[in-house]
Amino acid sequence: MTEALAPIGTVLTRSDASAKVQGCEKYAADYYPQGMLWAGVKRSAYAHAKILRIETSKAVEVTGVAAVLTSGDIRGSNRVGVPEMDQPVLADDKVRCKGDPVVLVLAENKKALELALEKIEIDYEVLPAVFDPREALKPDAPLLYEQRPGKNLLLSGTLERGNGAASLKDCKFVVEGRFKLPWQEHAYLETEAGVAGINSEGILEITASTQTPFRDRNELSHALGLPADKIRVTAPYLGGAFGGKDGITVQGLLGLGAMHSGDRPVKMWTSREESFLSSTKRHPAELHYRLGCTQDGILLAMTCEVVLDTGAYAALGGAVLAMVLEHAAGVYRIPNVFIEGFCVYTNNSVASAFRGFGAPQGLAGIEQMIDLLADEAGIDALKFRLKNAVNRGDTTGSGVLMSNSTGIISCLKKVQRHPLWINRQDWVNNAPAFKKRGVGTAAGMQGTGYGPVILDIANAKTELLPDGRFRIYSGVADMGQGNNPTNIHIAGEILNQAPKDFELLQPDTGSCLPSGSSSASRTTFSFGNALIGACKNLKERILTRACNLMMGAYFENLLLARGKVLDMTSGREISLQAIASSMTEQERISIFSYIAPAAKHPESVNSEIRFLGFPHRIFSFACHLALVEIDELSGEIEVCDYLACTDAGRILNPQIYEQQIHGGIVQGMGYVLWEDFRIHNGDVLCRNLATYILPTAVDIPDLQSLAVETEETGPFGMKGVGEIGINLPYPAISNAVAQALGRRIYEGPLTAERVLKCLNSNPTGGKSED
Amino acid sequence: MKISFRLNEKMIEIETAPDRRVIDLLREDLGITGTKEGCGSGECGACTVLIDGVSKLSCLMLAAQLEGRSITTIEGLVQDGKLHPVQKAFVSHGAVQCGFCSPGMVMSAVDLLQRNPLPGRQEIRRAVSGNLCRCTGYQKIIDAIQSAAKELD
Ligand code: FES
Ligand code: FES
Repeated sequence: MTEALAPIGTVLTRSDASAKVQGCEKYAADYYPQGMLWAGVKRSAYAHAKILRIETSKAVEVTGVAAVLTSGDIRGSNRVGVPEMDQPVLADDKVRCKGDPVVLVLAENKKALELALEKIEIDYEVLPAVFDPREALKPDAPLLYEQRPGKNLLLSGTLERGNGAASLKDCKFVVEGRFKLPWQEHAYLETEAGVAGINSEGILEITASTQTPFRDRNELSHALGLPADKIRVTAPYLGGAFGGKDGITVQGLLGLGAMHSGDRPVKMWTSREESFLSSTKRHPAELHYRLGCTQDGILLAMTCEVVLDTGAYAALGGAVLAMVLEHAAGVYRIPNVFIEGFCVYTNNSVASAFRGFGAPQGLAGIEQMIDLLADEAGIDALKFRLKNAVNRGDTTGSGVLMSNSTGIISCLKKVQRHPLWINRQDWVNNAPAFKKRGVGTAAGMQGTGYGPVILDIANAKTELLPDGRFRIYSGVADMGQGNNPTNIHIAGEILNQAPKDFELLQPDTGSCLPSGSSSASRTTFSFGNALIGACKNLKERILTRACNLMMGAYFENLLLARGKVLDMTSGREISLQAIASSMTEQERISIFSYIAPAAKHPESVNSEIRFLGFPHRIFSFACHLALVEIDELSGEIEVCDYLACTDAGRILNPQIYEQQIHGGIVQGMGYVLWEDFRIHNGDVLCRNLATYILPTAVDIPDLQSLAVETEETGPFGMKGVGEIGINLPYPAISNAVAQALGRRIYEGPLTAERVLKCLNSNPTGGKSED
Repeated sequence: MKISFRLNEKMIEIETAPDRRVIDLLREDLGITGTKEGCGSGECGACTVLIDGVSKLSCLMLAAQLEGRSITTIEGLVQDGKLHPVQKAFVSHGAVQCGFCSPGMVMSAVDLLQRNPLPGRQEIRRAVSGNLCRCTGYQKIIDAIQSAAKELD
């Protein structure tokens, strides 16, 4: 064998990197079909208003304008969204937030488009609006949906275990905390983009930057009134997504445009400002905790109230609430618990999926509480965590049975043995003049997949090509995390072929099979398992056919090698090309369906929360350690060292694994330190990357990553690694900052302004609450 | 107006509006889409190109400014079918995830290494601090640039 294969567990450079780094990979934003029109949207100027009249005649007259469309031009339900279809493609009776799309314009060029958009007149009857989720729950609050029985409450959940709140009085130490967590904007570099057209067979073809091509097709069918088989969605590599493209962004507008463009293709690509205005965000959250333990630091009781602002439409808000509740008690055994959560409609921007999907909010709360309580009990923060952390077989405070691999204790111990932890006090004591130093930890987990009710199914398809090479039909989009190259890695291992022997077809509803979303740390877990099944079947078929073709060969003596099958007893070989040419197309294609394991144990949460994903069965775990230095004069926080110890099961490719850990951590650092997405009375105040501050290369230190490789049921023993990294920078850094300042800042992000305020209000650095 | 300039070593003459943004000229008129747009207002670096060898943001430049200049885009870095050492290092060090920032990031790195052949890690971090990456956390990008510097030296 001349070319080295790349065994699972070793670094295989990503097969997508070369094209990307040469600028020749085509993203949805890079398509400019011949004869295309630009699509653009007139968005609502009000947070809540009735649409009385839309005057489009002046816009239609603009030279270069091809069509001006309103909700009246939509044949279908005009509603998208999962699980609730409540979001209009174009607003009809009313608008519920600033940024709601009202009129779609198609034009020859961007100048005509802009001019036409300006000339559209919309008469509104402004309605009272509500911007605070607690206000929205009051009986006299303005209603976003007049007919909803639950009024502005999208979903609530209650979870009670043991004696609940009553047990707080049996605790020796009790602490209380109220946390306010900010919005976070995904800020993927490729804003929402896509192209659409009707092909010669009358099929609406959409190429979009999407995490959910198959789900999009179903929603579009419903919203636009086209049968699903008349719609084809393809998903090229995404320029980032992080949950922000988990569902329809521009696809509905593109589809509508293509249906009214006079057979011309249509392109839409949002500007950064429009993206910030119209895209979903991470839910801002308010968390109110009480946590108590015994004299020895054994956790006994917890109460927690969570309020999430989900904005104007449901999107995945309910499922995010379920995740917050599930992660709100962290990785600890707490026998007596009362957790209550509310996910509430307001006239703000829509909040939905964002990497971590509610876990970062829950863990930001509980992990700061743990530090407060450990402090109160006079026990070191890591020892305290070790005393209370779950082993396999234990149940967490939220009532989640740890039935599968559970490596949190190993993660905690690894951090405990690390020099950064051992030498922390010396480091803190050596702070230079006008600087304060602190060290903080946090621990947590991340549930994988869709939970106990909604089946997590992936369908892989793979083909032995006539030339003896292989093709993988991917059912899950690659938003940058590298599941495409990983699929080649996996298939290469099973079929014993080199990466070059594969081609990979990106998700295309016309030829690939539905496999769920690229999300929930399940993309490689579920699709990879399906792919292993498909490759194993194909391998068996190839070897069996080799037996047919090589008279006298026995299955057990045959080896599938690169490009050929080898009879180990006689040394005879037959090429894969020869085998392929003896097969029908049907024989060359192998399909396998995989269903991920789901939790079966009963728990004490209401059925709506269970339906939306509570509880999970498989979890990744991590413990993070942050060393921070605060400038007393500027209030700026510098993260000097950062360590993550992660249990995401076995590692398939150390390079891709580290990419996910690094990327998650830095996005989490942005969340806690700089990313202050401001929305005031429904007005998005951050309109560009100058006011919404993302971490840059100079803001972060080199990160250290350690792994605990427990064995799990994902491909080759892996678990999901896409989200766990983002869950802990918030609490780890907050804990470090609290130590440095001698008091805690309860509202994030921890901007220099907030730090200064904290320093100035208490210059001697005593202990008190904000 | 008619402008002429050198694009990736080739002379080009094109009829365009003088206030056409260079990024639109490249992507829409000339059909080379390697140069990305992430903000359109000079804040992300995704649109970085080299003008007479110096890195510039193509979303802030107008077509008329190209007259008589030489512009190198990401498509122009490959020589004789071989990746530029910076590109090669990005691939081998895992500096690419979604890849949308990569062309701009590579151009900034090429510019840096021309000015400073052996930069330290902090110098590299500073040099690419105008290029946002939402995926990688930057560490592998810094690793890649450092290794390319050694290779080029
Ligand atoms: S697109 Fe030019 S700097 Fe962002
Ligand atoms: S790799 Fe995605 S933005 Fe840098």
